[in-house]
Amino acid sequence: MGRFVARRLLQMIPVFLGTTALIFFMVHLLPGDPLAALWGDKAPDPVQLAALKHQQGLDQPLLQQYLSYMGNLLTGDFGTSLDGRPVLDKITDALPVTVRLALFAFAIEIVVGIAIGLFSGLRRGKLFDKGTLVLTLLLIAIPVPVLGFVVQTVFGQNLKWVTPTVQDSNDITQLVLPAVVLGSLSLAYVARLTRTSIAENIKADYVRTAVAKGLPRRKVIGTHLLRNSMIPVVTYLGTDLGNLMAGAIVTEGIFNVQGVGHALYQAINMKEGATVSGFVAFLVLVYLAAGLIVDLLYAVLDPRIRYA
Amino acid sequence: MPVAARARWVLAVATSVALVATGCSSSGGGGSSSSDASKTFSYQSSEPQNALQPANANEVGGGRIIQNLFKGLVDYDPTNAKIRMQVADKIETSDSQTFAITLKDGWKFHDGTPVHAKNFVDAWNWGANPASNQINSSWFSDIEGYQDIHPATGKPTVDKMSGLTVTDDLHFTVKLSHKVSYFEYKLGYIAFSPLPDGFFKDPAGYGQKPVGNGAYQFVSWAHNSQVVTKAFPDYQGVDKPKNGGIVFKMYTTAEAAYADLQSSNLDVMDQVPPSALATYKNDLGDRAVDAPQGAIQNIGFTLYQADWAAPDKAKVRQGLSMAIDRDVITKTVLQGSRKPATAWVAEGVEGYKDGACGDFCKFDPAKAKQLIQDGGGVPGNKLLITYNADGGHKEWVDAVCNSIRQSTGVDCLGDPKPDFKTARAAITGHQINGAFRTGWVQDYPLNANFLSDVYRTGAASNDFGYSSPQFDEAATKADEAPSVADTVTGYQQAEAVLPSGMPAIPLWYYRTNSGYSSKVQNVKFDSFGNPAWTQVEVKG
Repeated sequence: MGRFVARRLLQMIPVFLGTTALIFFMVHLLPGDPLAALWGDKAPDPVQLAALKHQQGLDQPLLQQYLSYMGNLLTGDFGTSLDGRPVLDKITDALPVTVRLALFAFAIEIVVGIAIGLFSGLRRGKLFDKGTLVLTLLLIAIPVPVLGFVVQTVFGQNLKWVTPTVQDSNDITQLVLPAVVLGSLSLAYVARLTRTSIAENIKADYVRTAVAKGLPRRKVIGTHLLRNSMIPVVTYLGTDLGNLMAGAIVTEGIFNVQGVGHALYQAINMKEGATVSGFVAFLVLVYLAAGLIVDLLYAVLDPRIRYA
Repeated sequence: MPVAARARWVLAVATSVALVATGCSSSGGGGSSSSDASKTFSYQSSEPQNALQPANANEVGGGRIIQNLFKGLVDYDPTNAKIRMQVADKIETSDSQTFAITLKDGWKFHDGTPVHAKNFVDAWNWGANPASNQINSSWFSDIEGYQDIHPATGKPTVDKMSGLTVTDDLHFTVKLSHKVSYFEYKLGYIAFSPLPDGFFKDPAGYGQKPVGNGAYQFVSWAHNSQVVTKAFPDYQGVDKPKNGGIVFKMYTTAEAAYADLQSSNLDVMDQVPPSALATYKNDLGDRAVDAPQGAIQNIGFTLYQADWAAPDKAKVRQGLSMAIDRDVITKTVLQGSRKPATAWVAEGVEGYKDGACGDFCKFDPAKAKQLIQDGGGVPGNKLLITYNADGGHKEWVDAVCNSIRQSTGVDCLGDPKPDFKTARAAITGHQINGAFRTGWVQDYPLNANFLSDVYRTGAASNDFGYSSPQFDEAATKADEAPSVADTVTGYQQAEAVLPSGMPAIPLWYYRTNSGYSSKVQNVKFDSFGNPAWTQVEVKG
């Protein structure tokens, strides 16, 4: 187990280096000059443009830019964005907001999704199961913007239970609406996956044995059935957490949440290499960590899986 | 400056011009009621792209915050777009080249230090120096000595422009390197704001916590969230604030801001989202705003290409202009958010001359066909209009093309570039084939701005390669005129040259389509698309 974790951690290094390099060079390939764009439609003043280029180090060969960027990264310096703020500041501004929103949505999809999936799996073919099928299909079919605007209009503007948009991104109680919208699609997937897995495993030998041994129903379902049925769900949840962390540009836009999605979108638009690379480097780490945790969870859930 | 796409690069100048009040913006929703001068109101904003230094803000996010924190020598009257004195007591010139400026006594910065002549001179010298990395540095290029502090190559040899001389605390003179009769109009731009002495010791720190001399003083800046300001009790301007301050709330989308406006979580917004254009007047009732803006949309032509350079081709361009049904397109596709253009200068601007374009801006398919034929036809009988796909231009470009195709039989297609940067690179790099979307947003409300900076031979924003000796001569004569009034008529004469060459087809003028919440009243928008900030009243 320890060796497995160590090996996975070592593997992360080339993956991290590769992805950041790819992003760095891809941002460079985007059309247009980010500094000239500071002047908008107006012709940039060549003297000032050259001075800014020099200050940002953009007048050096691309490879050298990359090397000095990576060198700074190792010392914890994420560089400076075009507006003069350190990229790390931008990350630490946006990341807590996104983490809160993502975990909120994640909690909703786990609790509600697994509960719905479990009950409809146990009552296969019954009314609840059919109702769940309709509900989840509906959630999967409705595009996020539509759901977002409907929820915003109904709860924010008509019923006035909450403000239509998030007034303070750092106040978690205001994130209820966006979290529900953000979690709803994954919730449907989690419910479908859980239901199918449960419905399949309920006929398995070990469940029949557990029932035959006279174990209480609660224990049969909780310890034996549910635990074994979680493997496909956990796989999905692992990648989904990464997706949620990368930010949801659409949801953030509708509810005016100032998170990673928006920051990244703006940085890409402005072709800010340092900011984009910084955010992506962070997200790559999140993905890698989530992948590792999922792999470790397999072993916990199913003792037959061993990591040497 | 030209009309930009996604980010509106409006060079926001001081509070100004609540033009035609459209019958609905004159008083607050439900009639005017008592107001509380200590209460603040919120305004939809976007995160400033640069530190809050006056010479470094050329986009709306930072620009409109700066224009409230700082006040220059002059600004523009909210009632008629005319220039009015603020810190300046008088600006005198006898030769349109040397300007003697007298300041009013008693102006103070928010830190309590007085506003003196040296605060202007130091600020301009600092802003012009390339070492200060100020985006608006070229605004000082009219001043004598700019070439030494901002040389085309190499390091600056001086740190002061020779044209600026401080006489005493309240007097200084500005000598320009050439005659610019309307120089005082330029002085309304935020880049010409004064800076307190403390600024020069820590420009970066002051960029995060600006200290100005405007109607509002800086309180706090929570990045990506909001900038809070409060009314400055010692403000000496003619427009004393009728409210307690402005909170600039950052919004990622106009849709989100509109949802907040309807539920009174936001008080005044910038522009309603396109999705709400059809409904906002119903949604907001008498709180909806529909006011003219000093901005125009054009279709420019590549006169630098052999196909379009021939003198006869002007007729083809005139014909194409007459083939566009502006009335129908502005009413349907653009949902009344634009007004058909009849000139190259936008409506409401000083020197605006209705109908300068003449018959060439009137829809007449028969005459259009005739003119195009007379001019030898469109090269290849096909017109491509390049535009940026991220600015909501597709709909009207397609509509214009349909109009041209139906009325003349010329094949016309939109040529989208992925985003604004790419489109601009193609336009300035002369990699356009035929025609492109272009436009202009006023830097200051004077017709010279719409003409000199765009159609003069070699002008920075002359992306057409247009060169007309008559136009240049008229413009130069106007620049050297003894008074602003003469300049205005001079430039009207220059504008009269444009129909014959038709380097760009005027399409329509922009409008401010906005609104405000039930908590505020007396919200009037100026031709820069900004509310008259100090005049907004918050209900008690």
